[in-house]
Amino acid sequence: MTASLVERLLRGEPAALARAITAVETESARGRDILRAVQPRLGRARLVGFTGPPGAGKSTLVGAYVGELRKRGKSVGVIAVDPSSPISGGAILGDRLRMTEHAGDPGVFIRSLASRGHLGGLSPAASRIADLMDAAGKDVVILETVGAGQSEVEVAEVADVAVVVCAPGLGDDVQAIKAGILEIADVLVVNKSDLPLADRTRRQLKAMLQLRAARVDVAVLSTTATSGEGVAALADAVEAVWAAKGRPPPGTRLKRIIAEAAAREIRAKILASPQLAALSSAVERGELDVATAAAALVRALGED
Amino acid sequence: MTERPPKILVTKIGFDGHDRGSRIVAAYLRDAGMDVVYTGPWQQIPAVVKLALEEDIDVLGISSLATDHLLVPKLIEALREAGLGHIPVVVGGIVPPEEEPALRAAGVAAIFHPGASREEIVAEVGRLARLARAAVEGDV
Ligand SMILES: Nc1nc2c(ncn2[C@@H]2O[C@H](COP(=O)(O)OP(=O)(O)OP(=O)(O)O)[C@@H](O)[C@H]2O)c(=O)[nH]1
Ligand SMILES: [Mg+2]
Repeated sequence: MTASLVERLLRGEPAALARAITAVETESARGRDILRAVQPRLGRARLVGFTGPPGAGKSTLVGAYVGELRKRGKSVGVIAVDPSSPISGGAILGDRLRMTEHAGDPGVFIRSLASRGHLGGLSPAASRIADLMDAAGKDVVILETVGAGQSEVEVAEVADVAVVVCAPGLGDDVQAIKAGILEIADVLVVNKSDLPLADRTRRQLKAMLQLRAARVDVAVLSTTATSGEGVAALADAVEAVWAAKGRPPPGTRLKRIIAEAAAREIRAKILASPQLAALSSAVERGELDVATAAAALVRALGED
Repeated sequence: MTERPPKILVTKIGFDGHDRGSRIVAAYLRDAGMDVVYTGPWQQIPAVVKLALEEDIDVLGISSLATDHLLVPKLIEALREAGLGHIPVVVGGIVPPEEEPALRAAGVAAIFHPGASREEIVAEVGRLARLARAAVEGDV
C-alpha cells in the first residue's frame, strides 16, 4: 500500500500528499518509509521561510506572494505553523483564512500545522513536510512561522531564503524586533506600508542592519500585503538571493536532520541514565564540578 | 509515533456572515486540546472540499444561523465525490426541527442546537474524530 501512496505522491496527487503529511506529522513508521522512498527524488523545490512578530501580516503577505508566484507559472506548497496552546495543547490554525484567494487553485497546496511542544517554533516535522511537497513536484515551498523563541533560527536553517516580516508600530519601535531575527534575514520586509510610521520603521531597520555590519547586502523592502503593492519586488528579491546563494552542497540539510534526530535520542538517554542522579548528588556535595560530571556521564554513555 | 490531536475544520458556507458562534465553538475545541482550522464565513463548497483534503481533517463543522445548513447535503455529496466520504459532517446553529430529518438522511453526523453545552459539543466531536481517524488508518 505504501508503495502506491509513494507513486501517487510523486505524481503530485493532492490526496496522497495530504495523507503522507499526516504520516510524517505523527512520526509514524509509515511516514519514515515514505520519506525513505522519496529521498532520492528530493532537492528540486526552493524553500522560502516567512517569519516575524505576531500580526505583522505574514499570512496575508504569503497569500499575495503565492499569487505572484502563480503569475510566474510556479506551483506552490505552503506550510503554515501556528502556536499550540501551552495549556490545552490545542491550536487555532487561522493562517489560511488570509490566503483564501487560492482556495480554488489546484496549483496551490496549503497545510496548517500546530507547533506542538515547540513553543512558537517549528516542529521537527515541518522540514520533512516541506520535503514531501518537494517530492510532490511543488516548485516553491513556503514555510510561515511566528518569530518567537527559537523558530526564526530554525526557519533560517530549513529554508533556502529567509524573509523576515515586520510592521510599523509593533511595539514602540524596532527595538522590539529581537536581535536574532535581523541576523537570519536574507530579505527584510516592512509590511503594512500603507500605515503612517512605515517609513520610519524602514529607516530604523536599515540603521540597525548597518550597525551589525555582517550583512550589508540584505534588501529592505516595503510591502502592502492587502493591496499587493511591493509583492513583485519581493518575489524578485527572493529570486536574487536564491541565485546568489546557489544550491547548498548536497547532504547539508540531511546531515543536520540526522544530527538533530540523534541529538534528541542522546538527550533522552542522558536524562534516563542512572548515573545522572549519582553525579548530580556528587556535584551538589561539592565533590565534583559540573564539567567533570558531564564528561563522566558522556563516558558512561559510551560504555553501554 | 506521536498522536495527533483531533483536527477539526470549523467553517461557514452560504451567505450569512455571523461568525461569533463558530469562533466560540473553535475556542471550545482548542481548549479541549484539538487542532482547529478556522476559515471564517462565505466559503464556497469546492474550496471547503479542497481545504478538507489538504488538511486531512477528522471532522468538518458547519455553523449555520440562517439557511446555510440547506447547502450541507450538497457539501456532503461533494466530499463523497472527492473521496472524502469518511469525514463526519456536523452542523451547529439554528436548524428548524422539520429540516432535521433531511439533514440526517443526507449523512449529517450530529446537529448542535443553540442550547448545546460545551461538554456535549467537545465530547461528540472528539468521538466522531476518533472514529474517522480509525477508519482512515484501517484503510491504509
Ligand atoms: N493595513 C494593513 N493591514 C495589513 C496588511 N497586511 C496584513 N494586514 C492585516 O494585519 C492583520 C494580521 O494579518 P496576518 O496576515 O494574519 O498576520 P500574521 O503575521 O500572519 O499573524 P499571525 O500568524 O497571527 O502571527 C490582518 O487583519 C490583516 O488584514 C497591510 O499591508 N496593511
Ligand atoms: Mg499568520
